[in-house]
Amino acid sequence: MRIELRQIRKSFGPVKANDGIDLIFEGGKIYGLLGENGAGKSTLMKILSGYQPPDSGEILLDSHSKSFKSPADALKNGIGMVYQDPHDFPPFTILDNYLLGKDTGLVLDFKDARKELTELASRYGFEVDLGAIIDNLSLGERQQLELIRLLAGGAQLLILDEPTTGISAEQKVLLFESIHRLAKEEGKTLILVSHKLDEVQELCDYVFILRRGQLVGESEIPCQTSSLVEMMFGQVPSRSERSSFILGEPAVQLKNLKISTYRLTIEDINLTIQSGEVFGFAGLEGSGQKLVLQACAGILHPEAGQMLINGTDTTVWSFHKLQKFGVAYVSAGRIEEGLVGDLSLTEHVILSLPEHKFLVDWKGSRTETQIRIEKYQIVGRPDTMAAELSGGNQQRLLFALLNTPLRLLLLEHPTRGLDVRSADWIWQLLYQRREEGTAIIFMSADLDEIIERSDRIAVFSGGKMSHVVEAHKTSVDECGHLIGGQL
Amino acid sequence: MNFSKWLRVSWPVVPILASLIFTTVLLLGFGANPIESFQAMIEGSFGDRSKTLSVLAFWIPMLLASTGLLVTFTAGLWNIGVEGQIIMGAVAASWVALKVTAPSPLLIGMEILAAMAGGGLWAAIVGVLKTRGRVHEIFGGLALNNLAIILTNYLISGPWQPPEGGTFRGTQPFQEAALLPRFAESRFSPISLVFVIIAFGLVLLSLSGTYWGLKLKALGKNPRSAFFLGVSSERETILAMLFCGALAGIAGAVRVLSWFDSLRQSISGGIGYLALLVVMLAMFRIFWVPIIAFFFSAVLNGSITLQLRTQLHSSLGGILTGVMVLFVLLFGNLNALRRKRTEENVEIVDEQR
Repeated sequence: MRIELRQIRKSFGPVKANDGIDLIFEGGKIYGLLGENGAGKSTLMKILSGYQPPDSGEILLDSHSKSFKSPADALKNGIGMVYQDPHDFPPFTILDNYLLGKDTGLVLDFKDARKELTELASRYGFEVDLGAIIDNLSLGERQQLELIRLLAGGAQLLILDEPTTGISAEQKVLLFESIHRLAKEEGKTLILVSHKLDEVQELCDYVFILRRGQLVGESEIPCQTSSLVEMMFGQVPSRSERSSFILGEPAVQLKNLKISTYRLTIEDINLTIQSGEVFGFAGLEGSGQKLVLQACAGILHPEAGQMLINGTDTTVWSFHKLQKFGVAYVSAGRIEEGLVGDLSLTEHVILSLPEHKFLVDWKGSRTETQIRIEKYQIVGRPDTMAAELSGGNQQRLLFALLNTPLRLLLLEHPTRGLDVRSADWIWQLLYQRREEGTAIIFMSADLDEIIERSDRIAVFSGGKMSHVVEAHKTSVDECGHLIGGQL
Repeated sequence: MNFSKWLRVSWPVVPILASLIFTTVLLLGFGANPIESFQAMIEGSFGDRSKTLSVLAFWIPMLLASTGLLVTFTAGLWNIGVEGQIIMGAVAASWVALKVTAPSPLLIGMEILAAMAGGGLWAAIVGVLKTRGRVHEIFGGLALNNLAIILTNYLISGPWQPPEGGTFRGTQPFQEAALLPRFAESRFSPISLVFVIIAFGLVLLSLSGTYWGLKLKALGKNPRSAFFLGVSSERETILAMLFCGALAGIAGAVRVLSWFDSLRQSISGGIGYLALLVVMLAMFRIFWVPIIAFFFSAVLNGSITLQLRTQLHSSLGGILTGVMVLFVLLFGNLNALRRKRTEENVEIVDEQR
């Protein structure tokens, strides 16, 4: 089957996620789709798999124009997608889950389904226990199951979104073998959405590279990895000069830290960050940098290892205890994890103050809020509700709520969604903090921001942390390789 | 003025009118004269002094529970266990009334404290089950409600049964010193009015003037953000439950010590569930709570006379109040209902692109 995408466009508010993309996928080939976060890969693949419609543009299957109403509709036309988090039903058994995705009319045909599933599984070397509850499966097994379900549904084009994130090495070998067999022996088309350059080089025949919603390059594989990196991240703008920091006392020491979640295990994190240092965590979303940030704040507790802040062992401290100790965390979800939409600015200020009396001093608090509104240039009044503020002003409010002095400030995407002027202003605030001796660790999807604003950088890829690089000595190229997993 | 704004301004007139109309239609359906029926109801609640006092006496424990519920609702908790907390307050007060001999003021003081402890602890169990055991407060509360009822039945048919033999109806009447002084041969006790005024003042102050109240508000509106703002959900959840449970406990004490004179089966008379309806009908606005609770009390007392006068079952009062709450909730969500019908389904968009 030959699939052609013509001038696909999709916007989310002001963001152009896909800005006129043309692609052609031939049968029997394995394609790689590369790009950094927010490049538009997932949006494009969700459009192709019927999960969401494009604003404009056309999908042609063997030269016939098609539009899909739903993923099930896309599957009827031979297109299936395995998501990073499989969309299955965790409390179901494998067999039930399979039957649910299959329209068999009123009566469930357990016998046929059982036979089909077993046949398909053995053909691709997957071992499945049909009675097993999905909740108890590993991510890799769920992925195999999704793959079987799609193949049984007649998929000719299979889209795999970051398929190797979070699965074991053996499962990866098995997955790669079956991908190869599907393409080369059965003539199916595969699209691998990935950021792991090694895997793309190993498996794919051809790659497309997206950046900022547009197709910026394509190449036969194998090719020079460095040319892929350049296409993914673009050219670096020249860096502005700024004062280098003076090494202070160690503010944060992480020793052999190990953090485990369902998706990811990060091991052997050893890191020392000085007071007054700005430290950047680079890497694609979900590579482990957020987990380390959360561990530093006590939101997530490490499985092993030790964490010291200003020499005090804080490994098992709770978030609130660390907060009182002078550690602050600014989450990227402003109105979900930081502000309460239906509380006023004054109420936020009262909650954030370190000292409290039993009764609230409303008048004094309003005055204090007014002072902060002016200092942080928030467009709002003390009685304005946080939800009424614009995104940029909510971000300013979050900074206005930070106490002084702080030992450690942890930030997720401090300038995401802000215009250049606001972003620059936020960084001026952060530099003031560093002058006061606060250690700052931030993560960002914007590699330029990390290289420009940090003193030192660590890059995360698939749960592994790179060696620490000096920001003024590194390049987008070097970091790009690290992000691609070539540590 | 658009529809939703108009509704907000006219609240709560529209739902009350709507439910009166609904009930009228229902009465006509049963062949009863609606005007006569409503007249009977009004006379039943305010026809003479003893009836009015009865309305007051029923109103006070319901208001105590309702003010307590304002605290838990503010913290985002569905404290359906308030019914059980009332019962446990009644049980604890009865225990003191039956077992302790002391001068009346001291005895009453002890009864009230015991009732607060009983209701508070019963509520705190729900809180701990939620924060430590991840049992939703609705399920924990319902389970404990049943346990409280079972415990009452056991006590009145077992250890606390009257000397003349177990009757399943109640314990023997308490000593005179243990009862709240009542006004003019009625079930209404002026002291309970003092309790409710203090409770109301405390809740008003806590919710609008204290740091604790602000923390509860943050927790109720967005627990995740509240966590990032330094609010400990475990501590505040349990404290809010304790507070509400203590007030519900006093309500239970008022039930045994002035409405009745002994511990009875179904001692609460469902005022816990009624209190939930009161607070919802008041749309969680504190100053509306006493008014609506009073209205409930009048309607429910009035429907007893209604039954005597017109042969209509007294559950009509329950229907009227229940329908009213449904209408309030319905009108509150009417815009959402209309939107769903007129607009196309919005597409599913993930945060991650």
